[in-house]
Amino acid sequence: MTELVSSSDAVKRARFNGLKWLMRRLPLTSKIGAAILLFWIIAVLTVSFWPIDDPLAMVGRRLQPPSGDYWLGTDALGRDVLSRTLHGSVWSIPIAFVVVFCAVVIGSAMGAVAGFFGGWWDSIIMRLVDVTVSFPPILLAMAVAAMLGPGLANASIAMVIVWWPIYARLMRAQVLEMRERDHVEAAVAGGAGPFRVLTIHVLPLCWTPTLINATMDFGQVVLLAASLSFIGLGATPPSPEWGSMISEGAARFYNWWIAFGPGMAILSVVLASSFLGDGLRDVFDRRST
Amino acid sequence: MTTPLLELKDLRVGFKDAEGNWAEAVCGIDLSLDPGKVLGIVGESGSGKSVAMMAFLQLLPSGARVDGHARFMGEELIGMPASRIRRIRGKDIGCVFQDPLTAFNPVIPIGKQIAEAIRLHDRSVSQRDAIKEAERLLEMVSIPQPARRVRQYPHEFSGGMRQRAMIAMALANRPRLIIADEPTTALDVTVQAQILDLLVDLRKELDIGLVLITHDLGVVSGIADEIAVMYSGRVVERGATEPIFYETAHPYTSALIGAVPTIDEAKPLDPIEGTPPSIFARPPGCSFAPRCKRAQDKCRSNDPALEFQGATASACHFPMNGAFRAEIQ
Amino acid sequence: MLAYVIKRLIAIPFLLLGVASVSFMLSQMTKGDPLAALVPERMMSNTEVVAAVKAEWGLDKPLPVRYAAYLGNLVQGDLGTSFATRRPVAADIAQRLPATLELVVCAMIVGTTLGLSLGLLSAKYRGSVVDSLARMVALVGSSLPIFWSGLILLYLFSVRLSIVPGTGRLPARVDPPPDVTGFYTIDSLIAGDLSLFLQSIAHLALPAFVLGWAVTGIITRLVRSSLIEGMAQDYARTARAKGAPEHVVLINHALPNAMIPLLTILGFTFAYLITGAVLTEAIFSWPGIGSYAVRAASSLDYPAIGGVTIVGSVAFLLANLLTDIGYAWANPRIRVH
Repeated sequence: MTELVSSSDAVKRARFNGLKWLMRRLPLTSKIGAAILLFWIIAVLTVSFWPIDDPLAMVGRRLQPPSGDYWLGTDALGRDVLSRTLHGSVWSIPIAFVVVFCAVVIGSAMGAVAGFFGGWWDSIIMRLVDVTVSFPPILLAMAVAAMLGPGLANASIAMVIVWWPIYARLMRAQVLEMRERDHVEAAVAGGAGPFRVLTIHVLPLCWTPTLINATMDFGQVVLLAASLSFIGLGATPPSPEWGSMISEGAARFYNWWIAFGPGMAILSVVLASSFLGDGLRDVFDRRST
Repeated sequence: MTTPLLELKDLRVGFKDAEGNWAEAVCGIDLSLDPGKVLGIVGESGSGKSVAMMAFLQLLPSGARVDGHARFMGEELIGMPASRIRRIRGKDIGCVFQDPLTAFNPVIPIGKQIAEAIRLHDRSVSQRDAIKEAERLLEMVSIPQPARRVRQYPHEFSGGMRQRAMIAMALANRPRLIIADEPTTALDVTVQAQILDLLVDLRKELDIGLVLITHDLGVVSGIADEIAVMYSGRVVERGATEPIFYETAHPYTSALIGAVPTIDEAKPLDPIEGTPPSIFARPPGCSFAPRCKRAQDKCRSNDPALEFQGATASACHFPMNGAFRAEIQ
Repeated sequence: MLAYVIKRLIAIPFLLLGVASVSFMLSQMTKGDPLAALVPERMMSNTEVVAAVKAEWGLDKPLPVRYAAYLGNLVQGDLGTSFATRRPVAADIAQRLPATLELVVCAMIVGTTLGLSLGLLSAKYRGSVVDSLARMVALVGSSLPIFWSGLILLYLFSVRLSIVPGTGRLPARVDPPPDVTGFYTIDSLIAGDLSLFLQSIAHLALPAFVLGWAVTGIITRLVRSSLIEGMAQDYARTARAKGAPEHVVLINHALPNAMIPLLTILGFTFAYLITGAVLTEAIFSWPGIGSYAVRAASSLDYPAIGGVTIVGSVAFLLANLLTDIGYAWANPRIRVH
């Protein structure tokens, strides 16, 4: 029992040291990026407890420019833009997480199968990838989202469809490389079944580029989700989603502050994720730099 | 006494490793070359021979630290402002590099690259005239159909032709000195001799001094007036060509001679065992001691200085030449 | 080189078939009833219309037949009829295409010029403040939500500073030049109308800048890293040994080599440009395909969305093919063989 405790302590310590090791190596910009992302994640989890106005309620006079009372002004319905911007994270951030997660899982699974089994599997999956990337991403997302009907869920499905091929290609390339490694060939020679070889011996070594890419794509997904909402295919008006807030702002662009807050929020997430992704790539994946 | 064409005094080149430790790739070398003469610098890769030459031309990456003296026709090159040394590079000192494929710019026609060398030092020459001159230079290095060749790209040349073009480019401004860094190493054996002959003939014809850097003692044997043998950042033996071969003092030189394949003697090749030390982890004493069959305790503790011991200058506690050699036998 | 291009050319019909099939699948998926993609809801009760549409698209026939009919229509250039404009989608797109092309071409010029300049600056002053600043400007460009930066810049330069005119391709009451190429800038010059030319340039400036800035990031990053790599190559050392100063090595030697990878990513940036064009056109009321697509998507004009998607994919594939050819042409090592 004591042994068990101490070993789990050791694991914890190792993890902590790993984090310290990482923080020492990450450049300053990446640390800033990580801090910004952390801020938004905390906002998602706790924003409803923050001492700010109700994002859906009319709290002041309509179309007030930024002032001491309303730092980012009020919108056409007298709602506090700052509060709506902070609450917007509850929509944008989790959606981006879900989309990136699904794209990574689906894409990696497809890519791993294509790379590991080769032959027909490879041909079929990779041709599907080729066709999918033949569409300009936003047009495909728009088409899928429109065909499925407006709404955040459908927009998310559309984005997964746009994004999975990237991870399929990435994982396939990794698996092809790993398959040649000695320990994998040894496992195959040792009689391990293909599923076992793939999941135990190959996949655990293939995650680094995928995770780095996922970090960088996170911001791009936030951007595309907001774009779809802006067009009217994502979140629907009363919800304070960033893209639809900018869309409201576009309708009254003389009152520039309505769009200002959500735009800055999107910019911060996109910049943060590319800063962090860049740093992670420099630390873990020197070959690609 | 004439001013030497090139004179190196205690030239040192330091590099920093990833952890920030300094190490010397060239640890204080002295060399000199008179006008119109040929100096062969011989050593294994990593001995610092190329680094030393690139150092006084200020062609090393910016992380390198260069100390000591290098005088070219009496003028100090170390610490010379970039704008001044630029006027010497390519004008008074021409360079021929090892791999002519990578040394030429792949997306620019050969003629244009030679023309650039001319126009960089004489802006009064028109591009057209410079290309004409490039054509003449290609003809001088025996490249057939120069008018067609000037318009071609480096990859359209064969390896030997490329190196001829490289020599033509180095000669473009009639330099006083040519530094040839392993000019034949990347070439097929069959064309190596042609390129060497070309280099030597043109040098003689134009009365140009030549520093020939090579790892192959055989290459310099028939060409050089003097030879300097380098090992791990130092000159270990220096002298006129004849005594270097026939009154060898340093065991390393002797080992290099042993590694030269000869036709007339059917003796087996005698490779040198082991590898040179990393510049970041040199042994105390003589750097060659770990690989030297004659090494004794003194060699492992005291670093020998380069001094005349017989017909050549050598850095060895137990030189092999003259009486000493006889004594051992 | 020829073999390389031919290989790419052979792949294109297959990819187009794939694109068409996916579009067909999407049109069949629509709320379970493909009819909904073809007939506006208010016309559903009109049995005559429904029967006509069913006959036209063969909806009364089994799936494979419908698929064949769909492909047949596509090959003839028939993309269906827009719900909103009541005109053939193909005709709508053809009419709006020049506006989008003019915008995208100008944005490409802006983006490449900016990207090359910033890349050269940051490579020349590597590690300095100039370097960080140039990279930051480029990175912000590719991180900005274009539908927001367009809005803010429009407000700033048009409303507040009155430097540029408002939205659209020309002022509201000005007639466009006689149609030759569809590019207002070129057509106005052909017509010899200088003031019209200046007006069209003024209208083009801001959207082209906003869109161009978006691709600056990718180009800057690539140009910078290729230049830095080039400056460390043997040929750069040779140039220095010839007596070339650093800026000559950078411009005459590293830059020509950097152009080759630059060409390879122009096709890739085209994807960004299409994405950006859709949103830029929406902000600047630019009467191109992008604003058409946005209107179609928000009003669920399915034939129009499908049409735009297919045309966009064809353009995308063509852009990539052109990139391949351009790459092969620019690289002397490939050009000859």
